[in-house]
Amino acid sequence: MMGMQDIRAWAVAASVALSVGAAPSFCFAADAADPAQLKTGQQVYEHICQACHMADGKGGTGAGTIPALASDPHLAVAAYPATVVMNGKGAMPWFNGVLSPAQVADVVNYVRTHFGNHYTDALTPQVVGSMAGPLKVDDH
Amino acid sequence: MPANASGPTRRDLLLRIGLTAGTAAMYQAMTALGHAEESQFRGTPELGRARRGDSVVVLGAGLAGLAAAYELDKAGYRVQLLEYQDRAGGRNWTLRGGDTYTELGGATQKVGFAAGNYFNPGPWRIPHHHRAILHYCKQFGVQLEPFIQFNNNAYVHSTNAFGGRPQRYRDGASDFIGNISELLGKSVNQNNLDQVLTKEDRERLLVALREWGMLDASYSYRKGLHVSTRRGYERPPGGGPDGAPIASDLLPFSDVLDPCVWNTMKFFMTYEMQPTMFQPVGGMDMIGKAFARHVGRLITFNRKVTAIAQDDSGVTVSHADRVSGAAGQTRADWCVCAMPLTVLAQIPVQVSPKMQAGIRAVPYSSHAKIGMEFRRRFWEEDEAIYGGISFTSQEIALISYPNDRMHSSGPAVLLGGFPLNLAGLDFAAMTPEQRLETALKQGEVIHPQYRREFMNGTSVAWSRVPWMLGCRARWSEADRKAYYQDLVALDGRIVLAGDHASYLGGWQEGALLSSMDAVKRLHKRAQEA
Repeated sequence: MMGMQDIRAWAVAASVALSVGAAPSFCFAADAADPAQLKTGQQVYEHICQACHMADGKGGTGAGTIPALASDPHLAVAAYPATVVMNGKGAMPWFNGVLSPAQVADVVNYVRTHFGNHYTDALTPQVVGSMAGPLKVDDH
Repeated sequence: MPANASGPTRRDLLLRIGLTAGTAAMYQAMTALGHAEESQFRGTPELGRARRGDSVVVLGAGLAGLAAAYELDKAGYRVQLLEYQDRAGGRNWTLRGGDTYTELGGATQKVGFAAGNYFNPGPWRIPHHHRAILHYCKQFGVQLEPFIQFNNNAYVHSTNAFGGRPQRYRDGASDFIGNISELLGKSVNQNNLDQVLTKEDRERLLVALREWGMLDASYSYRKGLHVSTRRGYERPPGGGPDGAPIASDLLPFSDVLDPCVWNTMKFFMTYEMQPTMFQPVGGMDMIGKAFARHVGRLITFNRKVTAIAQDDSGVTVSHADRVSGAAGQTRADWCVCAMPLTVLAQIPVQVSPKMQAGIRAVPYSSHAKIGMEFRRRFWEEDEAIYGGISFTSQEIALISYPNDRMHSSGPAVLLGGFPLNLAGLDFAAMTPEQRLETALKQGEVIHPQYRREFMNGTSVAWSRVPWMLGCRARWSEADRKAYYQDLVALDGRIVLAGDHASYLGGWQEGALLSSMDAVKRLHKRAQEA
């Protein structure tokens, strides 16, 4: 069980929260979280990718597996993670139209240079943009 | 009723049918006459008898799997149901004091709620037109009570309007309707609509706007006792010398135009969200438990399915025992696979390439829920909010107040947040402690009592639920067109079931309608085989 001390300490430590601030208000229509606030690849990772791939990039296994990104040979060619982030794969949703190509490039570059990955060739937003499949919209 | 020269009215006819053939027949007749088409439910499948010895393996003991097992067992099939967890129900799930929940990543929460308090991390409300689940609730004696969806006295809150202060729904909605009515009235009176409306309809519209919008004789929406009969008072009516009411101030129209007002109004108008709604007394899992009372003997728990194969004579399901690690196989003539696509997409399934593509095409959403226990019902005691939902532009999206045991003393649990989509991912990325702190921080903007009264809380971020890896299937229009029919097709001896195989994603009704349709088609093919 957590104590009030712990959670207060965290509140002080949290530097970026996806609270709305000056962002437009959606109020239940879509997302209260505004992805435009995520300025770096690390911020995109920590507020989105980390939800499933975990803070250490190691994923997890239950009835199925959330793939690890740590020390991941699948990241050798930057185009692969870029197309997965843009268009989704299996349970993972698409982020085309949610994150900008620049944000996708930033987060792919971040993951490819952290968590035991050492791929230094940087992906550009232009390349990411070229990987976008048709823009998808939820059907209700 | 006047003597009817043109034969019986529809009402007469329906009453006669109802009296002679019972309500089920009347419902069917109503449907045929174009009324009451609020559900595709047409009663549970009348499968008749299975051929002697025919067997079915059902995968996944969520509502779709449980209902399939129940109906097929009733028809005489030999049914085996394999489940990954050590409990039945799937997302039909309730957490209570003493329960322990470990999410992917390893964080474990021990639920600290007082006896009798609970939190539904998954489904939490049942619309009145979800007739399949209502049917099973009635059949199994699951006691229902009203889920108070709509409450005029709950709040709308936006960080960007009203100085960030929450407003009662009724104030925002009244002022929205009043101002819009005034503006439209002006438009009519300035002859702007002469081209699109007849003179008679313009006059009728003006009357409607004046009455519906609470406008005065000059078609203005103004502060006054008349308007206060809708939006409430500065000083409400009382008795004695000071009994006279005082009208309340209107909200600034610029703030009233904030999406938090009209989006909340829109939400309550959504077909799936309209009252009357229900919840099972004591927790949503009463439904899963009721199914389990009937089919629990058929369930093997702690089985992780690793492959599904089929040949001309049957289906072979390979699995691993989560406790001993031992590999095993289950063979049956047929298979109803009610596993989530998140998991199914990761194992070999011997179905057509088209169906496999569908299984792998559909991603899942990432919603999260936070149950929070407080020392007292301050929302009732201090703010006269009895059930219902307050909406906010913040990530928590809403606060939903308990619908049961109103006016009781002692600790109570409310739903302290339902972060959706990206907000759901953001919450999932947090530790359980961080989620609670965020929910407190955002919730206290609406209820200043939060910190003082908070006791404990539990969060479930669905993308980290080990047996789901997501909340609900997200169908895009393009994917629906490309994959849906192949996904729901009966493929040899295997058929999928679940809310993902329906047009009611994320609803228990979708799981049940899908399941009933699947077993009907499976049974038909089994009879023909």
